Amino acid sequence: MKYQSQKIAYWFFALCMLLFSLQIVYGFIMGFARIGMDGLHDFIPFNTARAVHTNLLVVWLLAGFMGAAYYIIPEEAQREIVSVKWAYIQLISLAVVGVAAITGYHFNIWEGRKFLEIPRELDYLVVVNVLLFLGLILATLFKSKRQTTTAMVLTMGLVFAALLYLPGMIWFDSQVTDSFFRWWVVHLWVEGVWELIMGGILAFLLIKLTGVDREVIEKWLYVIVGLTFLSGILGTGHHYYYIGVNKIWLVVGGIFSALEPLAFLAMALFAVYMYRKGERNHPNKIALFWTVGASIVSFIGAGLLGFAHTLPQTNLYTHGTLVTAMHGHYAFWGAYVMIVLAIISYAMPNLTGRKRHDNTNGHLAFWLSNIGMLGMVTALGVAGVVQVYLERRLGMDFMVAQEEVKIHFVVMLLCATMFATGIGMYIYEFIKYGRPTDEALKVPAVEEDNKVLVH
Amino acid sequence: MLSKSQARAFFLGGTVVTFLIFIGLTIYSLAPSNDQTNHENITEQVVKGKHIWETNNCMGCHSIMGEGGYYAPELTKVIDRRGEPLIKAILQSPVPWAPNGRKMVAYEMSDEDAEAMIEYLKWIGEIDLNGFDRIVSPLARERMKD
Ligand code: HEM
Ligand code: HEM
Ligand SMILES: [Fe+2]
Repeated sequence: MKYQSQKIAYWFFALCMLLFSLQIVYGFIMGFARIGMDGLHDFIPFNTARAVHTNLLVVWLLAGFMGAAYYIIPEEAQREIVSVKWAYIQLISLAVVGVAAITGYHFNIWEGRKFLEIPRELDYLVVVNVLLFLGLILATLFKSKRQTTTAMVLTMGLVFAALLYLPGMIWFDSQVTDSFFRWWVVHLWVEGVWELIMGGILAFLLIKLTGVDREVIEKWLYVIVGLTFLSGILGTGHHYYYIGVNKIWLVVGGIFSALEPLAFLAMALFAVYMYRKGERNHPNKIALFWTVGASIVSFIGAGLLGFAHTLPQTNLYTHGTLVTAMHGHYAFWGAYVMIVLAIISYAMPNLTGRKRHDNTNGHLAFWLSNIGMLGMVTALGVAGVVQVYLERRLGMDFMVAQEEVKIHFVVMLLCATMFATGIGMYIYEFIKYGRPTDEALKVPAVEEDNKVLVH
Repeated sequence: MLSKSQARAFFLGGTVVTFLIFIGLTIYSLAPSNDQTNHENITEQVVKGKHIWETNNCMGCHSIMGEGGYYAPELTKVIDRRGEPLIKAILQSPVPWAPNGRKMVAYEMSDEDAEAMIEYLKWIGEIDLNGFDRIVSPLARERMKD
């Protein structure tokens, strides 16, 4: 750790770990409800569990992105964050808004718009919070003499993410228009600006871990985010096929969303290629696994599994089935969860001065969670295909078809247990060895040590 | 070989062009002449129904026009499939409705609320969904054959 203010990142990451574990608990509640064990129905009905599960995911990923920014920006800008005090205020207010929203969901206080369940009153607080965060980051960059592409792309992603939150706050009388603009938030986040954030973090990690020249890495970063927007903006059309708007979206959405996997493919090739080209032998193997893993699994989860149901002819049958849930899990996992876990794994040893780089526990956490998640996704996929066939092709009643796929949720829960064990080990490692120390300021980062060795 | 500034131009150019097309298409598809939703039929009751739909997060279990949870049936053509009286009874039931074991929340809605909800679902049922309505409702599919 070079800059005192990078320590702020630790507390954001700690918030991530807390909310992530709660998210998993609510996932289990839903999984059990699906196999008939819904003893909690009176207190936590399925819609509450679902809203909590998905919103916690979004909030903790945002906390992770913010933590990543507080870690990366000082290093890229070569100066401290302008105000540490305000950064902590921002952290606390984020946690308060998040917890207030989640609590409200247990008392029927919400907005019932998938993924954007936060009531509008709290939306305004979210806006203030994000403005404060952006203010701190932008002021830091502004006062610095050094503006890198990596920092710019990361910041641009964060600024656009904030702007795109706004269309989701407008009220419409028509469900169709409501849904239309809801996708401006949800789709343009995960298949647009969040990819910039992911790309920025990925580029930073690759520069640090592989030692490849910054100019080369940043050039390809532009190509990747270029592909992202080129395909992703018009690709929004894949949510407009069957919600009551013009057929033109079947053509536009079909063509452009089919191109979206290219950005993820580019990201995977980029990471693997830079890893091979790199001559630096960075000791932080765990961070390297999460980093390269994120680029590959996001290509499978978002790219391939997204492509699998994005053509209008297919989507006509899979729209709104468990096939979507299958893709949703693997895409979020590969792209965003894994990249946040990667930056945490990279940052922790530097914040603490402890060289937890290559230990068994960390590797086990990686493999157990990844294999567990793959199993969950496979179970969901099988359930989804069976559902599509029985319900949408044979015209079987919804609940009759659901009975048929129940068994796959038993399998899913078994895999989820393996997954949760892996995440448990990751969090254990974080709690046990994660606390930042001031001594760490004196320990030069491994990269500096290495430069002497390599060159 | 591609230079960094060419790569940046590709990024900025592609973004601006596709974004402008996107805005154009948005205006086009929301234009009143392209309406597929019978917008003029959105009565006060339908709006009220939408409000109830949202404040209870019905979408947390059900889907509508294919959007929502996957725990409970798709409701796009539900009035068509089940008829008004049954839907009203479900909305007003004092105990969780659970014909197949999976429970719905007991909302115990007033007459007024239940009727607004039904108007909302009726309006949804009339929207032209580019063919999706036939897939989610076997009844609608049967009718198409005749
Ligand atoms: C990391 C990137 C991605 C994430 C996190 C993600 C996540 C999700 C989620 C959560 C949904 C469910 C949305 C809802 O129904 O409310 C969804 C739907 C969908 N995604 Fe993705 N996705 C990603 C990338 C992609 C890509 C690259 C493609 C196409 C190649 C794609 C194709 C689709 C399609 C077609 C649907 C609609 C499914 C339906 O009709 O029910 N996704 N995605
Ligand atoms: C113990 C682990 C988990 C279990 C048992 C679980 C279970 C579930 C269930 C049952 C649903 C609801 C599907 C429905 O509407 O019927 C769901 C939704 C969802 N979960 Fe998980 N989950 C787990 C972990 C995760 C993780 C780690 C992520 C992120 C990577 C995640 C992301 C999502 C998303 C995005 C949705 C919404 C999907 C959609 O609407 O298409 N879940 N989960
Ligand atoms: Fe999308």
